[in-house]
Formats: sequence, structure tokens, C-alpha cells
Amino acid sequence: MAEIGFVLNGAPVRLSASSPTRTLLDWLREERGLTGTKEGCNEGDCGACTVMVTDDDGARALNACLLFLPQLHGKAVRTVEGLAGPSGELHPVQEAMIANHGSQCGFCTPGFVVSMAAAQINGRTDHDDVLAGNLCRCTGYAPIIRAAGAAAGTPAPGWVRDSAPEAGPAPFAPASSDELAAWYEEHPEAVLIAGATDVGLWVTKQLRDLPEVAFLHACRDLQRIETTPDGFRVGAGVTIARLRSAMAGPHPAFAELLRRFASEQVRGAATIGGNIANGSPIGDAAPALIAMAARLHLRKGAARREIALEDFFLDYGRQDRAKGEFVEAVTIPASATGFTCYKLSKRFDQDISAVCGCFNLALDGSKIASARIAFGGMAGVPKRARTVEAALEGRPFTRATFEAALPAFAADFAPIDDMRASAGYRLETAANMLLRHFLERTGVRANVLEVEP
Amino acid sequence: MSVAKPLPHDSAHLHVAGTARYVDDLPLPANTLHLAFGLSTLAHGEILSVDLTEVRASPGVVAVWTAADLPFANDVSPSIHDEPLLATDRVHYVGQPVFLVAAESHLAARRAARKGKIVCRELPAILTVDEALAAESRFEGGPVIWARGDAGAAIAAAPRVVEGRFDIGGQEHFYLEGQAALALPAEGGVTVHASSQHPTEIQHKVAEAIGASMNAVRVEMRRMGGGFGGKESQGNALAVACAVIARAFGRPAKMRYDRDDDMVITGKRHDFRIEYCTGVDEAGRILGIEFRHLARCGWSQDLSLPVCDRAMLHADNAYHLENIRIESHRLRTNTQSATAFRGFGGPQGMLGIERVMDHVAHALGMDPLAVRRANFYADAPGPRRPGAPPPDPRSISAKKRQETPYGMAVEDFILGGLVARLEETSGLAARRAAVADWNAREPVLKKGIALTPVKFGISFTLTHLNQAGALVHVYQDGSIHLNHGGTEMGQGLHRKVAQVAASAFGVEAETVAITATDTGKVPNTSATAASSGADLNGMAVKAACDAIRGRMAEFLAAEHQSEPHKVHFEDGRVFVGGAEMSFAEAAARCYQGRVSLSSTGFYATPDLAWDRRAGRGRPFYYFAYGAAVSEVVIDTLTGENRILRADILHDCGASLNPAIDIGQIEGGFVQGAGWLTTEELVWDDRGRLRTHAPSTYKIPACSDRPRVFNVALWDGANREETIYRSKAVGEPPLMLGISVFSALAAACAACGPHYPDLQAPATAEAVLAAVNRARGLGRGRA
Repeated sequence: MAEIGFVLNGAPVRLSASSPTRTLLDWLREERGLTGTKEGCNEGDCGACTVMVTDDDGARALNACLLFLPQLHGKAVRTVEGLAGPSGELHPVQEAMIANHGSQCGFCTPGFVVSMAAAQINGRTDHDDVLAGNLCRCTGYAPIIRAAGAAAGTPAPGWVRDSAPEAGPAPFAPASSDELAAWYEEHPEAVLIAGATDVGLWVTKQLRDLPEVAFLHACRDLQRIETTPDGFRVGAGVTIARLRSAMAGPHPAFAELLRRFASEQVRGAATIGGNIANGSPIGDAAPALIAMAARLHLRKGAARREIALEDFFLDYGRQDRAKGEFVEAVTIPASATGFTCYKLSKRFDQDISAVCGCFNLALDGSKIASARIAFGGMAGVPKRARTVEAALEGRPFTRATFEAALPAFAADFAPIDDMRASAGYRLETAANMLLRHFLERTGVRANVLEVEP
Repeated sequence: MSVAKPLPHDSAHLHVAGTARYVDDLPLPANTLHLAFGLSTLAHGEILSVDLTEVRASPGVVAVWTAADLPFANDVSPSIHDEPLLATDRVHYVGQPVFLVAAESHLAARRAARKGKIVCRELPAILTVDEALAAESRFEGGPVIWARGDAGAAIAAAPRVVEGRFDIGGQEHFYLEGQAALALPAEGGVTVHASSQHPTEIQHKVAEAIGASMNAVRVEMRRMGGGFGGKESQGNALAVACAVIARAFGRPAKMRYDRDDDMVITGKRHDFRIEYCTGVDEAGRILGIEFRHLARCGWSQDLSLPVCDRAMLHADNAYHLENIRIESHRLRTNTQSATAFRGFGGPQGMLGIERVMDHVAHALGMDPLAVRRANFYADAPGPRRPGAPPPDPRSISAKKRQETPYGMAVEDFILGGLVARLEETSGLAARRAAVADWNAREPVLKKGIALTPVKFGISFTLTHLNQAGALVHVYQDGSIHLNHGGTEMGQGLHRKVAQVAASAFGVEAETVAITATDTGKVPNTSATAASSGADLNGMAVKAACDAIRGRMAEFLAAEHQSEPHKVHFEDGRVFVGGAEMSFAEAAARCYQGRVSLSSTGFYATPDLAWDRRAGRGRPFYYFAYGAAVSEVVIDTLTGENRILRADILHDCGASLNPAIDIGQIEGGFVQGAGWLTTEELVWDDRGRLRTHAPSTYKIPACSDRPRVFNVALWDGANREETIYRSKAVGEPPLMLGISVFSALAAACAACGPHYPDLQAPATAEAVLAAVNRARGLGRGRA
């Protein structure tokens, strides 16, 4: 049996990889007695288990509850117990949290300080985004933000700067997409695990025993973003965090949508391939990519094919993916002028969309030359609003055109009631998003997040 | 003096280092059993059979118990013994524990617990207020009614009548640390570690369950990862389960709920429907008012009666209501048993009258603050502050004695002056004008701004609970160790109490160590609840310290030919008859002089007299006050909304620790705002809670706090003789969050001429519905 090798708080660790779906959180707490890392929800939504993981791409904060041990191979892990210096001196973020009264019950605190320490290494000062994945029920966050601000000016101490160790071949992890393709074709019932932010829940919440698994983190060739004549070819293994920064220039609205995609910890682990392949009707990347006319690259063994992304989603829980076939990449067109994305959720940050509407309307003078509109949360799959598109295309870019198109939503969608929103609200707001698109393009303020006090 | 210093939380260093231990972090003996409950999947049913074959066969399982296996009491109720640990003949809600699994690991127990087959004959489930009313499904027979004056006649004679009804959602506590307990077999009994606000009750319920007297059970509680009322009674089940298994198998037993289980099993804040009808004059003065409170209490009584009482006790909030009738229905439903949650019914009652104020202002076209002011109790006479407005003409002397609807004199009212100051410091007038300008200009985004006050009664309404004990030791090296009956859940209680002790001996707070709350050290404690922790335990500790200090002074005075009252303790030194020594030297002298350096202390709140049946008397020792101004913006296309700014002025009396108090205020405000905005509990028509994890239940995240967040303390002392004249701070600030709801309602009202009738929580969906109603586009009731 291969071994998993990584560095924990500066000391090398080697483990037998007998149980590939043991989470880092359970292992830290149960085997190592490192109980500073807390279990708050065991589903990646509270951040109490945040640890810092360093690899060749640098340091990032991740949720230990959704990390399987093999994913750590060749990486360095630092827990809250590893933040203080060799002679016990506190890390600057720890000092700042004490000085600013940033802890009350203290249970979320280790997660916060680890998130803050990782942000400090990366020079991040967008504290609200960095900490959106850490919930606190006591403080109202004000003193924590004061602490983050106070620590932001200080340099990260040398002792928390880890480097990835040499660890040899990773267990359960094909080393390239070719190797993966060959293995998966032979093991079509296996589960592929990239970031584990979804599959992790099968284990921690559904208590499922997974069949054979393959981890994708060693397939470095799936983690590239390439510029091609068709746009950006984004490898399936690219994390949402990397995609977000790559999109900030060419597709700022998409990048802003990705800013609100889950949380810092989840974006650092989750991949674009996983977000597409799991087929969720409420994954946020799909509607945006469909509206931008993204193309999906699939591979099975040596055979590759390319389809429109929208055609991948057949029905709720069903995708156009053969057994043994996997998502290799997605190609995003290089430009989409006037593209906008609207995410509607109960909470702005770290929430799942009730409705996610994405609008790609090209204008030709005063006319709407083409319209591609896609929604999440409105059907069993991420879906285009084709009737609405037809009601817009070729017509003048006026409020009257948009108003006239609103009834078309009822022809495109029959959404459901659930705990996130009622069907009626979904339909009403989906239509209102179209109005918002018009209004914003004509200079009307329609985003509460842009209002300053 | 240590008191009044803004010292950090006593565990702050441990918190940030990850070395603060919670129940789940305690090192376990190797043979520990791990427990999990098998849960009902039906809201109401008669149990026909429970097939546990697969559960028993599941790997790692050691034992599987049903109610029949319990050796003694099968009850974890904090009130009327109506809550079995394990269901007997019926299940009463989805999530009710039916059987108990003991296994070699936490995961093995969880896996096995899902394999039970509970076969039931389904019975009709009562899920909603309307269903409960129709079925007369309630606690306490009929409704509880308190009245003063003649509300009906006053309303009938009033120039204007305003009436309405609205729904107020419940709230999940979402303490970050889930429920947890660990029981260790001990000689002749059991030692329990429980994440509990009420160790004595755990002791009591465990004793009943193992057929022992209370002296066989020791409960220890170092800290909780948040409580908020959710660990007042809801931890009983875990502790009792652990204790009975530990006793039966002679092995340690531990139980912690997975987050989803925690949310499905445990009770939450009561949701309410409030119906109101008020008669007002043209100045907005309330001449008569009737309230009907309809509370969904869930399947067992738990603490619902005092919760609903407290809602009634806060139906007046800051307003003098001469003619009032409050009818309170405590409805029994097949849902989780609603329980204590910060404010304990007070927030719901208070939101009722604040809603009325806004509705009256809308109906009369008045400034909502003017309506509020027209109804305020009069400020208590006192020295005028610089810059304060002249006394209200309806002053206490003019209006004689002002009483609450339940007949308690309001003698400490300060909101006239407090609100005036907040109005000024928040720039309310100019900002209201700016909001109106914005709303006139902007077609899509609308703003709202509102000021709401808080007057919250401090004391347990069950009078006998207003007592506390302490045990203080001074060691011969001058270090001090103490225990008291309160529990630490993040509120900084131990720090405040240590400051009280340090002040008594004139030493630094670091000289004082407080260890786990322990029923073996301080007996017969009340829950750490009702904001009472520092008030009660601080006084008990002070009594103990004063006793020890008195003995020390007597001895040292005799040694130095001085008088005991001239012995002085300050800055870590003791001054006696011209001599001076360190506190440690003084302690050593006393030890050598065979002086007892240990004492208990006890405190019982004076002057309380309350008849809950009649709804008359003095249930509270005093009131805590505060006010908040919130400014919000809403999107009229989607209902999305956020808080732009909050300004708070809050009354902590003479603060024991301003940093800790401000932390309670900031945190309470955000928690209250969350209750009324994003935190929505959704049950389906089978009674299944659909929002049972943070993925679906949304407490405020970092960016939801107000962008600009100004919090200041009112600089007055408590007129009552509380600990160093401070005031309780745990619950009152939560209700400052009502200002956010009020501001959202104002923003909705800015969208059209009609009354927006905003419902709580004001999710984006509820806000959009209210916007539509304001515009006359009613999609009906939200």
C-alpha cells in the first residue's frame, strides 16, 4: 500500500493510505489529538475546521472536514496549533484577535485565525471575502474585522511559511490526464475526486461507502488555463479561486459571480470541472458559462469530444457523460460585451443561489443582435431562456422590448418551491433580473452591494 | 480597581491558540463508548414496532436501547416531565429520539443509528398555528390573559383604529459548538461533562435517570462554544443518555450531535403570530391596545410558559399603555419543542409593539420616532446631562406613578434622554432627509432608516431562580481561586466575576483563577440565563470575598494595633496601621495566624414579587435600556437588502468591563438582525425541517454586519444596588436588531402608498412581497 506523505506543522508525516476517505479533520482530532481544529458543521459551511495548506501554488485556507487525507500528499498542512512561534510567541493575527476582543465563545476562533494567517501570507486585505467562509455567532464580526485590519500591516512570520515537501507518487492519484483516462476507462464505476467539496458530503453527511476512487490533484495538465483561438481553455482541475482571478480582466461580471461562489475555503479546493460534472441545477458556474456559449471537452480513454455546455445537462441528475468519460476542460469565449450575472440567495456570501441569472446580450447599434440568457435554480438543470431570447433578438434595445419579453419567462420555466424560495418568487425575480440588466446598461443603479453608507 | 477595565476575555489566549478545551476536545479513556440517537421520521405516529436487527449488526455496535431498556426515569424535561429521553408509545415530531446506539466510535454509532426501522401508524400531525387553534392543541388549557384598564372601550372611543397581524419566524441558535456530553463512571455515581448552561439541572435529570440522589452526580462545565439559550434544557438528553450507558456498561460514554441532527432534534426560538388592534389619537398616542400572541411551542412544554410570559411582559416595551389586553396562546404542535433563546420571548413581544408603532405612523402619516416619543414612559428624574433636552412635560411628577401593564412601577426610565442623544450622535435628522432624497431620485434601490428603543426586564420571572452561590479560596501565596454557579459560554462572565473578586482584594484580575463550573463546588445553581450571570454570581462572589477580606482585615488589624475598617487593599498591597505588605504576604500572615481564607458567598435578588397567574407584581429588579438607528437599502426588483449603517447607544449601567459589554452589544445586534432577515426556518407539509444545516439556514456572515457600526455605552449607573451598579447585558442588545426590521419596513413603505405589511424574517422574498403590497400589486400575504 502506498503511503501518504505530507508535512504537519513543520514535521513530516507518513501514513498508510488504507482508508482514502478519512477526512483530515477526523484524523487531526482523533489520531493526533490536535483538537484546536473544530468540527462546526462537517459540510464546509462554517469554517471552524479551517487549516492552511501549502503546495506549489502557495498557501491557502481549506476546510479540513472536506479534505481526504490522500489529497494532502506532497503538501504542507498548518493547523492553529502551528501558528505560534517556536518559543510560543503568538502569531500577529492571534495577538490582534486578543487585542481587539475578537473571540467570545472561542469555538470559531481557530478557524478565523488560520484564515487570517493564510490571507496575511498572500497579502490579502479583502477581509470580508477572505472570512466569508468563517461563521461566528457571538461577535457580530466587528471586532474580528478590526483584528484583521490591525494584523494586515504586519509581515507574516517566517515560521508559518511552509513549502511543499518532496513526497513521490501520490496514492490513488493518476499523475496525468492520460493516465487518468486509461484508468477510468477500466474502472468506470469509480468516483473521481477533485476538490472533494461535493463528494466530501457523500462521506460526512450521507455516510456513504465510496467504491474505488481516484484523486485528480496530481493531474497537473488538467490545471492549466490556455488561450486558444476560441477563447480560454480552462482545465477541469482549475480551482474556482484560480478561475476567478483569471476572469477578473476578460469577464468581470463572471469573476464577481465567482467571488460569491461558496467561500474562500471552498473556492480554493473546488474545481470548475467538478462544478460542471456534478450536474447540479444550482451550481453557479454553469448558467454563466452557458450564457457565454462555453464549450465542454469530454474524454473517454483516447476518445475526445466537444459539445455545447448546455447540451451536457440532460435532466435533473442526468448528464451527457458516458461511463468512464470525464470532463477534461471547458472553453470560455474571450469576450462577452455587456455580460452580466445576478445571483439571488438568502445571504450574499457563501450561499447557494435561489436564482442565478446570466445575460449575454450583444447590441448592434440600437438593436439587440443576439441574446443568450441562462438560469440556475429555475429548472432541474441550468437552462437557457430561449423564449425570452427570441422575444428580444432583433428588437430595439428599449424598455418596451424588455417589458414585452417578461411574460416569456413563464413559457421557459416552471420553477419549484423549496427552502430557498417559492416558485412564484423565482419566476418574478428571474423576469426582474432581465429588467435589471436593461436598467443597469442604461446607467440606473440596481445593485445594493454597490451602495456606500 | 479591576472592575470597569476593558480586559480581554479570560480565555482569549487559549481561544486563539486553539488550546481552549470544549467537551469534544477532552482526552478520552480508550474504552469510551460513543452514542447516537435513532430518530423519528414521522411528525406524529403510534409506534407499532421498532426493528433494530440491522442496527445491532452494524459494525462496532455495543448496545441498542429503546425506552424499555432505561432503568429508571425516562424524562429529560426541564418542566413538567412530558419529554421522554426515548419515545414510548408515540412519536411527536420528526427528529424525536426513539432509540439509542452505543458503539465503539462516533462514526459507527451514527452509521448504525440510520439503520433502524421504526414502524408507525401515522396520526394526524398538527404543524401550524391554525391547525393547533382548530384542534385546541395547547398547553395550560386556554389562553393566558392579562389586562389593565379597558382596552376594548378605549379602542372603540379612539379617533383612529389601526389593526393588523404578522408572522415572526423562529430562530435556530446555531451555537458553533454542537450539543455534547461525556459521562465517566465514578464510585457510587457518575461524573458528567456537559456543554450546558444549567449544570444543576443536568445533575438533577441524570440523578433521576440513574436512580440516585443528586450527591451521586457531579457535573462539570468549563466552557461552551456558544449557548444563546439553546443549552439551557436541550443538553439534558445527551447527558442523560451518556450517564445511563456509562452506568450500565461501566465505560465512559460520549455523545455529540452532528450539526444536522442538532438542528433537527433540538428546539429553537418560538415563532409567533401576533395580531393587534389599537386605538390612537391624532398625535399617535395609544389610547387602547389589544394583542393576541400565538406561539408555536412544539411538542413538549419545555420552557414555553415562561417564554410566552416574557413575551407578554415586553408587549409594552418602552411605552406607557394605560388600556391593554394581551391574550397569549401557547400552542402545542408536532415540531421540535421550542425553547429558550436569548431574549426568551421578550424579542417577539417587543417586536409586536414596535410593529404597531410603525403601523400607526404609516396610518397617520407621522414620523415613526414622533409616534414612539408620544408614547414613551417618562424619564426618571435625575441630574440632567449636559446637552440633554429639557424634561418631558409628561414627566413622572405630572403623570404620577407610571406602571407597566403588569403593575410594576417604571422608576428608572432613561430612554427620553438616551434616544435624544442617539438621535444627535447618529445624525438622524439629516440622514432621514438624505434617505428621502435618495428615494425620490432612485427608481430601483430604496433606503430606509429607523430608530427603535429597547427596555428589557432583568430577573428570572420564576422568582426563586434569582439566587446564586460562590466558593472563593485565597491561597497562602496570595493567589485566588474561585467557583461560582454561572457558566461561561463566551459572554465573558468569568472575566467579569474575576474582576469583581480582584477588586474586592485590590489585586489584578490575573491573580484570580476561575475553574470549571462544578456542581460539587457550588450547589443548587440556576441556569446561566436571563442575562443574570454577572448580576447574580458577581454578587455572590463579592459576598464571599468580603467575608474573607473581613477576616483578613480583622487579623491584620489586631497584629498591627489598628482597626479592621482601616485596613486597606489596593494595587496588590495591603495597608494596615502604617505598615504595608503585598497581598501575598498578607495572605501568608493570615494563614500562619490560622485564619480561614475560604468562604462561600450567596446572593438573592431583593424586592421581587410576581404573580404570574394574575400577571401582576414586580417580576424584574430593574430594566436595561438601549436604542439603535439602522439604515438599510433594498432592491425593489428582487427584495435583496443590506444594512448600511447602525448606531447604537446602550445602557450597561456602570459597566463591569466595557470591552466585553460592547462585544455583547455588537454580537447581539447582528444576531437580532439575522433573526429578522436571513434566518428562515422552513418546515415542509410533513413537518420535516428543511433548513437543518448552514448550507440552508443562513446566519449572518462577515459581510452582513453593518458597514458603519458605531456602538457607545450610556454613562449612567444602575439605580438599584447591583454589582458595582452595573446592568445585565446578555439579552437586551439582541432586540436592537429590531431597528433593522423597522428600517426595512420603512424602505418598503417608500415604494408606494399602501401599507407594506412586512413579515418576519424579512428575507429578500418577504421584502419583495412587501414592496409589491406597498405598490398595490399584492401577491397576497407573504
